[in-house]
Amino acid sequence: MPSVGEEYCFKQLHVEGGEVVRKGYIRKVLLAGLSVAVFGFAGAAQAEVIKIGAIFAETGGAAFLGGPEARTARMLVEQINQAGGINGDTLELIVKDSGGSPEKAISFAKQLIEEDKVLAIIGPSTSGESMKIKRIAEDHQTVLISCAAAELIVNPVASYVFKTPQKDSFAARKIFQTMQDKGIRKIAVVVGNTGFGKTGKQQLKKIAPEYGVEILAEETYDKKATDLSALVAKLKSIEAIEAVVNWSIVPAQSIIAKNIRQTGWDVPLFQSHGFGNIGYVQAAGEAAEGIIFPCGRLLVADTLAENNPQKALLVEYIRAYQKRFNEDASGFGGYAYDAVNILHEAIKVAGNDRKKVRDAIEAIQNLPGASGVFSFSPEDHNGLSLDSFVMLTVKNGQFVLYQGQ
Amino acid sequence: MTVDLFFQYLFAGVTYGSIYAIVAIGFNIIYNSTGIINFAQGEFVMLGGMISISLLQFMPLPLAIIVAVLATMLVGALVEILFIRWLERPSVMQMIIITIGVSILLREVALHIWGESIRSLPYFYGNEITTFSLGSVHISPQVLWVIAACGFMVCGLSLFFKFTPTGREMRACSVNRTAAILCGINTRNMVTFSFMLSAGIGAMAGCVMSPITYTQYDCGTGLAIKGFTVAILGGLGNSMAAVAAGLLLGIIEAFSVSVVPLAFQDAIAITILLIILFIKPHGLFGSSEAARLRDF
Repeated sequence: MPSVGEEYCFKQLHVEGGEVVRKGYIRKVLLAGLSVAVFGFAGAAQAEVIKIGAIFAETGGAAFLGGPEARTARMLVEQINQAGGINGDTLELIVKDSGGSPEKAISFAKQLIEEDKVLAIIGPSTSGESMKIKRIAEDHQTVLISCAAAELIVNPVASYVFKTPQKDSFAARKIFQTMQDKGIRKIAVVVGNTGFGKTGKQQLKKIAPEYGVEILAEETYDKKATDLSALVAKLKSIEAIEAVVNWSIVPAQSIIAKNIRQTGWDVPLFQSHGFGNIGYVQAAGEAAEGIIFPCGRLLVADTLAENNPQKALLVEYIRAYQKRFNEDASGFGGYAYDAVNILHEAIKVAGNDRKKVRDAIEAIQNLPGASGVFSFSPEDHNGLSLDSFVMLTVKNGQFVLYQGQ
Repeated sequence: MTVDLFFQYLFAGVTYGSIYAIVAIGFNIIYNSTGIINFAQGEFVMLGGMISISLLQFMPLPLAIIVAVLATMLVGALVEILFIRWLERPSVMQMIIITIGVSILLREVALHIWGESIRSLPYFYGNEITTFSLGSVHISPQVLWVIAACGFMVCGLSLFFKFTPTGREMRACSVNRTAAILCGINTRNMVTFSFMLSAGIGAMAGCVMSPITYTQYDCGTGLAIKGFTVAILGGLGNSMAAVAAGLLLGIIEAFSVSVVPLAFQDAIAITILLIILFIKPHGLFGSSEAARLRDF
């Protein structure tokens, strides 16, 4: 019963929040004493509770995103508080479950900003929700760090809105680069009918000509699709197709892999970064072997070189998440990891002040995170480069770096 | 269209169709004994899959499936006893709202127990890429399992309703409840029993289709909509008709892909459904006399 446990942990967190305040008080007294003793002056910074809002789709169709994100955010905030908070201040995380609904996200965003007076909001999980509250965050001058993929969230740039996942266009470019290496020029594109699938299709169609790739067929399937063998039969009958790209975040990513292999079609299958969840590999079993897809380094953390800036934090995050929730960490949880981490860094510098925190985030340079190394600027509120993606493939039921065969 | 492609579409259609048909049969059983549509039918399918997947860690596959079916039957009985049994002369509207409520309840419980990730049973025979080849047409062995399970259920049910005392009593309830009571049949138990039976069938469906379609806490809704469509298309209450209608809808869906983009698949299926219902309002195989005796 993981979720019931979480509820419990969440309540615990609130209770602990209170205790931490008391601990913080003791620390303040000690600190004050220390200051007097060492520097000969009294008075330490007032320890306060910094409120952070979070909107995640913990239930509903996007729960596979929101679940790991909410769990990760709670775990990190707890870790920060246990380690003494930020400059003596403790964080309080208020998580709202939007169920993936933009309407709920809007009312939660207003509630968090106006009633709870939070410093910043992390989330929402989906692009649709993020786009709906982009304006609200901007109008109320509250920092929003979205955990959703769509490029539109940070392009055009809104001064208070940031996002942690890599841009869609990076994933598309990585895929096309690999195709170029393999000499693939004619492809089929299939996507799920979610926001993620639709924006993915747009990006693929827009970028394909730059790499000399021609899209011969494009199809959209329902996000609840249970079998795609008819679609596969149709694609297979087009003989010129040299590779299939599937771009979705729904279980159909595993179904299409099975259906393709079941018809005995050994066409190269590319997937989007939405495939980066070992659950989909397990679901597709044998059929997942050889699937190529772009993804952050989290899934191959163990195999990274020791001097990779992301290695240490990834290994530690994966270990802590696995231990705490008894499930494998996914790249999705990593988005929330980065959101909390970036906020942590900014609050360290700027304290409990919305405007200053915003400026501090924009000034962050070379901060290693779960999805990549972040360097923000006034023009770039995503902060990641094309290099934040690597191409992975599936070998013996495990994710491994794609070496190019 | 080549012959190979034709058969490839045909088998895809038969796969969808069998899945829809099994779900539709579950609707029909409860409809027959109570005159209501149980909107929680899809959740029984989900529970069957989920429970068997969890049990697989402790026991071999066949046993896990049997226990999962029994456990889901128990859930079905509990649903009826807790939410429906004590109602005096429930209206159709009440029953619809109750069953929708139950479906939401079961879904949320499943989310709390199993989380949001997808799970599946292993393939009963071979693995994800095993196929039988007939010429250049490829069929996954699991598809044959689904078709076999569907056939087994239809035969089993018709034998059960024709030749066992309980089956006859259930049929009596469906034809005329007052007369059944006068004959000394405990109609309330029959209703409980029909919930158990349809839960069991749903669970069985959930197990055989799990390797193909996967099981997720909210997978019941989509299946229930298709199953309901098929039940209406065939004529409510008639299991054989449900199978025929299921196969028809599945095959139409599969072949529609060859002419229009996949995105229109459901639109095509629903359009055909509407046309048939305009011409034959009681379903392909339903009779208008029988329908006049129903209140829904």
